[in-house]
Amino acid sequence: MVKERLGRDIIAMRVAKELPEGAVVNLGIGIPTLVSNFVAEDKTVGYHSESGVLNYGSLAEESERDYDLINAGGQFLQWVPGMAFFGSEEAFAMIRGGHVDVTVLGALQVSERGGLANWMVPQRGVGNIGGAMDLAVGAKRVIIAMEHTDREDRPKLVKECSFPLTGRRCVSLVVTDLAVIEVAPEGLVLKEIAPDWTPEEVQSLTEPKLILAPDLKEVEL
Amino acid sequence: MKPGKVYPTALRAVEDVFDGAVVMLGGFGGPGLPQSLVKALIEQGARDLTFICNTCFEPKPDEHDVARLVDHGRVRKLITTFIGRPNQEMPALDLWRRGKIEIEMVPQGILAERMRAAATGLGGIFIPNGVGTVFEDGQEKRTFDGQEYILATPLKADFALIGAHQADPLGNLTYRLTQRNYNPTMAAAADVTIAEVRELVETGEIDPERVVTPGIYVDRLVVAERGI
Repeated sequence: MVKERLGRDIIAMRVAKELPEGAVVNLGIGIPTLVSNFVAEDKTVGYHSESGVLNYGSLAEESERDYDLINAGGQFLQWVPGMAFFGSEEAFAMIRGGHVDVTVLGALQVSERGGLANWMVPQRGVGNIGGAMDLAVGAKRVIIAMEHTDREDRPKLVKECSFPLTGRRCVSLVVTDLAVIEVAPEGLVLKEIAPDWTPEEVQSLTEPKLILAPDLKEVEL
Repeated sequence: MKPGKVYPTALRAVEDVFDGAVVMLGGFGGPGLPQSLVKALIEQGARDLTFICNTCFEPKPDEHDVARLVDHGRVRKLITTFIGRPNQEMPALDLWRRGKIEIEMVPQGILAERMRAAATGLGGIFIPNGVGTVFEDGQEKRTFDGQEYILATPLKADFALIGAHQADPLGNLTYRLTQRNYNPTMAAAADVTIAEVRELVETGEIDPERVVTPGIYVDRLVVAERGI
């Protein structure tokens, strides 16, 4: 029997819990983009985008689109109070200068020591780096939101990334459709696990040896 | 002040873009993309161009961007950060596989900073991005205060084609919302900067404190074609 894994929205919901009050956050493309839908209403989070905007709001409905207002994924944004605009050089200076508290990115592979590969599948020959390499190095905390395994069910949490690196030793936390895993100095710590899954089952889909947290629990939303 | 920055047509403004020129093209997706200038450059016919730009996606009939120039066989090299979506096939990739074009992939922050080095007369800068990745291959490395950095060299161009909101005849430019992106940096990093704006206003009509790109960086101005 195939066991049910957590959906993309649930992964995003779990990541949203990690964002501290008042944080400046940069969300990557894919599951990370969904995170803003699940931030508690009483929490103030400022969103930063490489397209050159800070404190942006929700995506715009088709009728209220402004052609000049987009996020880094090219989606149209609503006009909201408190936005600030700047050029690309400043958008990346903010990241590199350590002013972005948290970034949430997708990944192809994450290594045991927090190495991140998310810009190139070697078979394609050409990658898509965008702003990921800047965020991996510059953001104070890098959270990865991804499926635990690839399309062929091979582990994406690996001993060493075989795909080209985006950054070395940069990932702090990985939230997958099976588990919440912290990248600690001693290795990958399994902290939370999807309902009905056992640590042995998660281990069988993870290349490095997982360290079980003393307070290992079911994924908490 | 250089007289006569305002050109009657986009085609006249790009007339002297020569075969083999290095061209910066502003825009992050649609905002700040000078579509009339791209359209004019397709008509003008220059070939073997190197483009420095944020992205290259598949060509779309209603958008005049670098993908259209690739599709017209005018591009020899792309220096960019993003080529299509991960599983997407497109003309630029096909041409690259057949050895018809070169692609140099650069992280966005490094692209911006390399252009800024050219814009501000710096010989090079040490950046932390890319350490331990393929982007450090062949680059000089230095350690400052315990952290490793790699040398990034200035990136300049013969021409910059940029998009802005308003201009006055002196070339002072304003931008709306996320229209700014790479445009102000590119304006300062090229020998000849050609700006396309939605509106040309009289000198004095722009609040000087709203000017983002001062006219010193802008050589030619054209008003965007209607409907672009």
